[in-house]
Amino acid sequence: MAQVILFNVTNGLIIGAFYVLMALGLSLILNLSNVINFAHGNFLALGGYLAFTLSPVLGYWGALLVSPLLTALIGVVVERLMIRRIYNRDPVYSLLLTFGLAFVLQDGARYIWGPNGLPMGLPEVLAQPITSTLFFITWYRIFMVAIVIVTVIGLFAFLRYSRIGLRIRAGTFDLETVATLGVNVRHLRTLNFAVGCLLAGLSGVLAAGQIGLNPNMGDDLLMPSFIAIIVGGVGSLIGTLIGGLLIGMAAALTTVFYPAASEAVIYAIMMAVLLLRPRGLIGEEGMMS
Amino acid sequence: MTTAVVAAGEARSVSRKTLILIAIWAALLSAPLWLPLLGGYTALAGRVLVFGLAAMGLNMLLGFTGVLSFGHAAYFGLGAYGAGLTLRYLAHSTPAAIAAGTLLGGLAGTLFGLLIVRRRGVYFAMCTIAFGQLWYYLAYSWNSVTGGFDGLRDFHREAIGIPPLVLDITDGGTTFYYFLLAIFAGAVGLMGFILRSPFGRTLLAIRENERRARFLGIPIERHIWLSFSISCFFTALAGTLYALLNNFADPLTLHYSLSGYFVVMTVIGGMRTFWGPLLGAAVFVMLQDYISSMTVNWMSFVGVIFILVVLFFPRGLLGMMRRRVAA
Repeated sequence: MAQVILFNVTNGLIIGAFYVLMALGLSLILNLSNVINFAHGNFLALGGYLAFTLSPVLGYWGALLVSPLLTALIGVVVERLMIRRIYNRDPVYSLLLTFGLAFVLQDGARYIWGPNGLPMGLPEVLAQPITSTLFFITWYRIFMVAIVIVTVIGLFAFLRYSRIGLRIRAGTFDLETVATLGVNVRHLRTLNFAVGCLLAGLSGVLAAGQIGLNPNMGDDLLMPSFIAIIVGGVGSLIGTLIGGLLIGMAAALTTVFYPAASEAVIYAIMMAVLLLRPRGLIGEEGMMS
Repeated sequence: MTTAVVAAGEARSVSRKTLILIAIWAALLSAPLWLPLLGGYTALAGRVLVFGLAAMGLNMLLGFTGVLSFGHAAYFGLGAYGAGLTLRYLAHSTPAAIAAGTLLGGLAGTLFGLLIVRRRGVYFAMCTIAFGQLWYYLAYSWNSVTGGFDGLRDFHREAIGIPPLVLDITDGGTTFYYFLLAIFAGAVGLMGFILRSPFGRTLLAIRENERRARFLGIPIERHIWLSFSISCFFTALAGTLYALLNNFADPLTLHYSLSGYFVVMTVIGGMRTFWGPLLGAAVFVMLQDYISSMTVNWMSFVGVIFILVVLFFPRGLLGMMRRRVAA
């Protein structure tokens, strides 16, 4: 039993880590640009597929580094060509636009890489279990969690200490004033969108090693990421972080006792939060309400 | 003089409205006659009616209250499952199925609406999406009752009435189409009545300027909640009809993709017009039917339609017409 629980706790940590990376990217874009990026899961898939294609050339480590950057670059192009045009319009248009984009990207991935699942090769080192008693914990799992931790710390440091990060945070609260102070808001939003896509691409590479590749691999992560944001509170990245870990853990622990409800439990948490604390666990009062 | 001009303009627009109304109903009533000539089939017309009703229900919220729900498939699907489950397990009665499905979807919407009326904009939309997916997973994983991924089968619509007065709608033909049209007409009439009432006008005021409406003492949250609830009832009614149309309910009727389709139908037709969503549904259903028969990559085409509509066509067909008339 102890081993089953430990197994599911590590599972929860990993699932939660994916939710966190996805949801942080979504949250960044939502906070600054007021856009829900439906295509976020497809940027994740894109990151994974790019790594699959690049790893024979660059090796696994090269692909791990390059494909999130390429995903971010594609994000920049998409933002410049399409998403930028709908910033000042009714939110219904941004939803429809990214929704259509998600369809195109998913179908595109299916067209290029085929409808069937593909395995992602891992370096020998990472595929080993850490000990024979804890056979279910491979080095890859530890590696994933470590990368996510480093990335999240890096992101928060970027937002807190770099000039651009400070502007992004300021823009979240009052974009108009930030623009008046002479910051180029258009570039800021593009960059911010790119950072969001970078996070999605990175989670895509990591997820590919864990669950393999398929054209709609991001879809299952999208809804939990929404819920992570709602639970944590819109407008707070720390909230998103906690929300993601919380629902990942809750889903994994429910699997131990009642597997059928593992999907339902995250919705139950969302309802409870909406009922008892509508602004989310640490959301700002008045943000987007 | 100005008043005279305005009055003349109003008279013209009234007669214009009557003309449009006559054209719509004539087209709907004669659909079984002309649709086969264009290569369509009667079930396609039924689908337009059902999706049109769902999108019109959504538009009460989206276009006439200015509140964005991106999860209306949940209530549509709950209606469908409610009707299907009733026919399969409870009673072999079509009216009972319609009533039960509508109640199920409508009440779920009403309860959920209570939780989110204070949210606005994209946050409101996000809550509706996430809540909608809950039902999708439920239908998907509660295999023993809902049939899981394969959907709910083994039920079919029943003839209505007590012998000797029986309306046989069990075959998919014209009789069933007119049955759908009758329900559609009743629902749409009720919707028009609600939107013309002081309540409906208040919703418009909230859409135009929520803060001012609040200062006038209008209980905003209660109105948005009621609008959400009523809109869910209409969409759930459409869902029950969808289950009857196909003799089948599947989890995809609950999926957020369908919510997206409803929104895009509404936008294609014109968000702020009463009949826009029906027109949008007709365009979308026909296009989808055509594209999916032509290519396996229909998803790309549908996605491109979404993108093009947003970038180049945001006012929709009727919205553009109205603007041209105004100019």
